Amino acid sequence: MAFADQFWQLTVTGLVIGSVYAVIALGYTLVYGVLQLINFAHSEVFMFGAFGGVFATRALLPSGNISATESIGLVLLGLGIGALCGGLAAFALERTAYRPLRRRGAPRLAYLISAIGASLFASNLAGKEFGRDSVNIPKDLFDYNTQVFSVFGARVSKQDLVVFVVALALLLLLDRLVSGTRLGQGIRSVAQDSDTASLMGVNVERIIVMTFVLGGLLAGAGGFLYAMKFNASFTMGFIPGVKAFTAAVLGGIGNVRGAVLGGIVLGLVENYGQFFLGAQNLDVVAFLVLVLILLVRPSGLLGERLGRAA
Amino acid sequence: MSLLELDDLVVRYGAVEALKGVSLTVEEGEIVTLLGANGAGKTTTLRTISGLLRPSRGAITFDGQPLKNIPAHEVAAMGLRHVPEGRRVFPQMSIVENLEMGAYRDRKHLKVDMERVFGLFPRLAERQKQDGGTLSGGEQQMLAIGRALMGRPRVLLLDEPSMGLAPLVVQTIFQIIGEINADGVTVLLVEQNAAQALRRASRGYVLETGTIAMQGEASALLQDDRIRQVYLGESTGDEAQAG
Repeated sequence: MAFADQFWQLTVTGLVIGSVYAVIALGYTLVYGVLQLINFAHSEVFMFGAFGGVFATRALLPSGNISATESIGLVLLGLGIGALCGGLAAFALERTAYRPLRRRGAPRLAYLISAIGASLFASNLAGKEFGRDSVNIPKDLFDYNTQVFSVFGARVSKQDLVVFVVALALLLLLDRLVSGTRLGQGIRSVAQDSDTASLMGVNVERIIVMTFVLGGLLAGAGGFLYAMKFNASFTMGFIPGVKAFTAAVLGGIGNVRGAVLGGIVLGLVENYGQFFLGAQNLDVVAFLVLVLILLVRPSGLLGERLGRAA
Repeated sequence: MSLLELDDLVVRYGAVEALKGVSLTVEEGEIVTLLGANGAGKTTTLRTISGLLRPSRGAITFDGQPLKNIPAHEVAAMGLRHVPEGRRVFPQMSIVENLEMGAYRDRKHLKVDMERVFGLFPRLAERQKQDGGTLSGGEQQMLAIGRALMGRPRVLLLDEPSMGLAPLVVQTIFQIIGEINADGVTVLLVEQNAAQALRRASRGYVLETGTIAMQGEASALLQDDRIRQVYLGESTGDEAQAG
């Protein structure tokens, strides 16, 4: 089969998964912006959000036939609870793994070790509490695979559409928040110059917590979206986590619009790449991209900095 | 009671004592200048007052309230505003956004205060949408002072506002500082440009390696032989050779 025949289908798949990478990547980039710290436990925040959303929809699914309104309501509820769980996990993570280090003025390496420790702990805690098998979103929630429409012959399923539209809405919302609200301005001021921000009356500690929570809310909602396609499991965080991190670096770590661009580009590239290298090499393509950017353009496509629209 | 009082302030960076017991007072409505060579502890003094550094001993009192353990963002909210060394405008925020940052805690008077700042600095009004990082040094200094004024301060701490600026711009900046003071804002001014600072100030202190070496009326300090030699550059023939 020629690439040209598959191009549009690969593009659809790439855009859908890329938009989810983008949502997760924002958490890495926001935290990096204010703290110059890569929060490697962010993947576990994502995982907790996924479980939260999946369990919520499973528990609340009515027996028997489900109406369209109920279906939409449940998806929104899953997203909301997923986001909430992600936000809580991020809050707890900042409190236990990072704040004590910041209080003591710890060196950078200590944060990295703490992050990896927290990540292993969180993942295994989930394995113990939620079981080692993957958990899926109820099959009856909506008819995932129904084709909604097609673009140039590529089919777009209902699930694809839901994931993409929700992710896009989250991205726009976050962009508005960072560029147009007082909280967003506070975050940008801390990213640009935290000492001076505090001289303006900005409570930097509070902004740091809010930034973690914001990233966690997004990752949690993103986790639910991801679980719609691939189920939830205690080890689910690692691969999308590293890919979202790659997306953030690709766009320019610390740069919000860069993370969005990076996520979309990565989603597309790995899907085009798997056509040539085989589906079993999908993840290889993503990490090849990471290595290449670090070699060729380490500051990313849009450059570092939590810049103007940040 | 003085509006701002430092009493026997000691500040350490690790094992090094940057301030070794500094005491000074600033009365309401005054301009007081703090002079001294590089590394004497002038910036450290201001950063300690505004809460960015913690003193290991001594007391700071602002309007009767102890400031010692109050974090910087709360100090700013109390009406004590620090314009830091090197201006430190937010490089990727527009002039308007930088000014908004000055009123981060209280946006009730945002519009009025911004108009007032633009009145003081017409240069800023002309380029409201321009990023802070793309402004000239003088414009950045104006923005940094304007940003502090957005917080309606009772006391302004100014750290070397003339640093690196052309003489004409320095004149403007000092003139504006005079106007701000005439509006009732008390000023503690750290300067290397001792002549200008002493002409504007009512009193002055001279810091040398972390201690107050000299203090007095500004007019008296201007006449002092040692000040003239060391800080005003009016020395013997050596200077011509060195220059």
